[in-house]
Amino acid sequence: MAAIKTENLVKRFEEVAAVNDVSLEIPEGEVFGLLGPNGAGKTTLISMLSTLLTPTSGTAKVAGFDITAQSLEVRRNIGIVFQEPSVDDLLTGRENLYLHSMLYGLPRAEINPKIEKMLELVKLTDRAGSLVRTYSGGMRRRLEIARGLIHGPKILFLDEPTLGLDPASRKAVWGYIKELKDARNTTIILTTHYMEEADALADRIAIIDQGRIIELGTPEALKKKVGQDLVFLKGRINETAIKNLPFVSSVEEENGLYKIGIADPARNLQALLNAGGVIEEVEVRRVTLDDVFLKFSGRQIKDDAENNGIFERIAAVKTTRR
Amino acid sequence: MINFNAIYALLLREALIYFREKERIISILISPLLFLFVVGKGLAGSSPVPGYSYQQFIFPGIMVMVILFTSITYGLYIIWDKRLDFLKEVLAAPISRTTLFLGKALGGMLGALVETMLLLVIGAVFVLPLPFWKLLLSLAAAVPVSYMITNLGLTIGAKMKSMEGFGLVMSFLTWPLFFFSGALFDVATAAPYIRAVSLFDPVTYAVDLMRVIMFGYGVFPVWADLGAIAAFCLLTTAIGVSAFGKLQQEK
Repeated sequence: MAAIKTENLVKRFEEVAAVNDVSLEIPEGEVFGLLGPNGAGKTTLISMLSTLLTPTSGTAKVAGFDITAQSLEVRRNIGIVFQEPSVDDLLTGRENLYLHSMLYGLPRAEINPKIEKMLELVKLTDRAGSLVRTYSGGMRRRLEIARGLIHGPKILFLDEPTLGLDPASRKAVWGYIKELKDARNTTIILTTHYMEEADALADRIAIIDQGRIIELGTPEALKKKVGQDLVFLKGRINETAIKNLPFVSSVEEENGLYKIGIADPARNLQALLNAGGVIEEVEVRRVTLDDVFLKFSGRQIKDDAENNGIFERIAAVKTTRR
Repeated sequence: MINFNAIYALLLREALIYFREKERIISILISPLLFLFVVGKGLAGSSPVPGYSYQQFIFPGIMVMVILFTSITYGLYIIWDKRLDFLKEVLAAPISRTTLFLGKALGGMLGALVETMLLLVIGAVFVLPLPFWKLLLSLAAAVPVSYMITNLGLTIGAKMKSMEGFGLVMSFLTWPLFFFSGALFDVATAAPYIRAVSLFDPVTYAVDLMRVIMFGYGVFPVWADLGAIAAFCLLTTAIGVSAFGKLQQEK
């Protein structure tokens, strides 16, 4: 059974279609990446699948339940990590997890051991007794992640889980996501506008732009569609020998710099260097998902600076209310 | 349909927050205390109830005022929760909207009842000495009154999009509900247009009920007070559950 199946899902806000005719099928246990720039419709799609928004038209089933007719059953089977942390800043970290566990009907005896385990996982044990309003943006995010995982959902939605995190925390979050997939066979829907994140985590990636899915496939397949990886060589190069290698598709030379189109450079680089002659400099340029997005949408995904620190700003606003 | 564990969790959240913000507990009592000690003492008008001063006469009304202001303000606060995304967590939880509404309503009642208790103590010491059973009965009567008004606040809060509407609700709803209720005068002898409006004000019946409990004096029979309050409880539950059912993420 598919964990998620959508048919012609549409959400319009007045005249603008935030999600436009999306049909998807995501099998159980898959990490599915939704990749696109800000405003592409990723969050709207996730909001509909998690029953927080009703679709304008079309249908979807999550864990086998209809998102409009059986929303309660859908919610029982999912966990969500929101893009903007929704942890309660007037409660402590531990209280947030405790109340969440009760809302999700975890048995009383299991709650406290699970809370301690999750706090350990996101490294918040030391600060668990402090009010969330004293947390940094990154800490709020980690608490949010712990909360989304604590009830062991079958399907987990992660909306930009590492936005605004420092590199060490980001690596840690990637670690949890991989562990969830491997150890618990959790189906994970991940939105991101970081290419490397989709590349590192996702089994399949949908590229979404202006509410439509414009391309869908494994990271490898998408990269193949865009073109091949390149190796640049400098030195006294044996051009004929290179051209005869089976995995080389093109060789161009410009001012003594050879640009070589190559399949699977991770495996074939050694053979290329062995045959290449006397080599002074090597540079490998692999196709990235940035290239993929550029090719399919005609635009670049902006990793815009204004997004950095957004959680710090949200944290500041939330702390000053009341 | 109704998940009592979840209601307990929602109530626990409100209780934790409520007792953490002690300055709010005090600040919400300021206006009612001004009415009680400045207007009540300063006007020094005649009391419609023989044997009681004007200040003592308005005490039941001031008690209802505390419930009214605490409950409406609490209900409107969910606009903040909506705007700052705290409500998303509970909207995404596997609980029905009825459960969510009842949990929130109980949270509001808790706050209103704590404030009522404080005012009853202040009143019993400085204004109107009452036997203990009358204090208990007043507190019991405050339960359905705070429930219906919290429901009203939550319904408006669920419908409103921004906190800018807060002042409008206070000016166009809360204050009129208070003034027309006869909290500061006797509805029986008021001008006809005031009497006409007050009949449609649910707070009128709450004030009347409190006066019956404290003085044995009421304009309406007790069954009419209780009936009106019960009807308003049911009505506001229905519209509140319906408003919560329509709550969606706004962006």
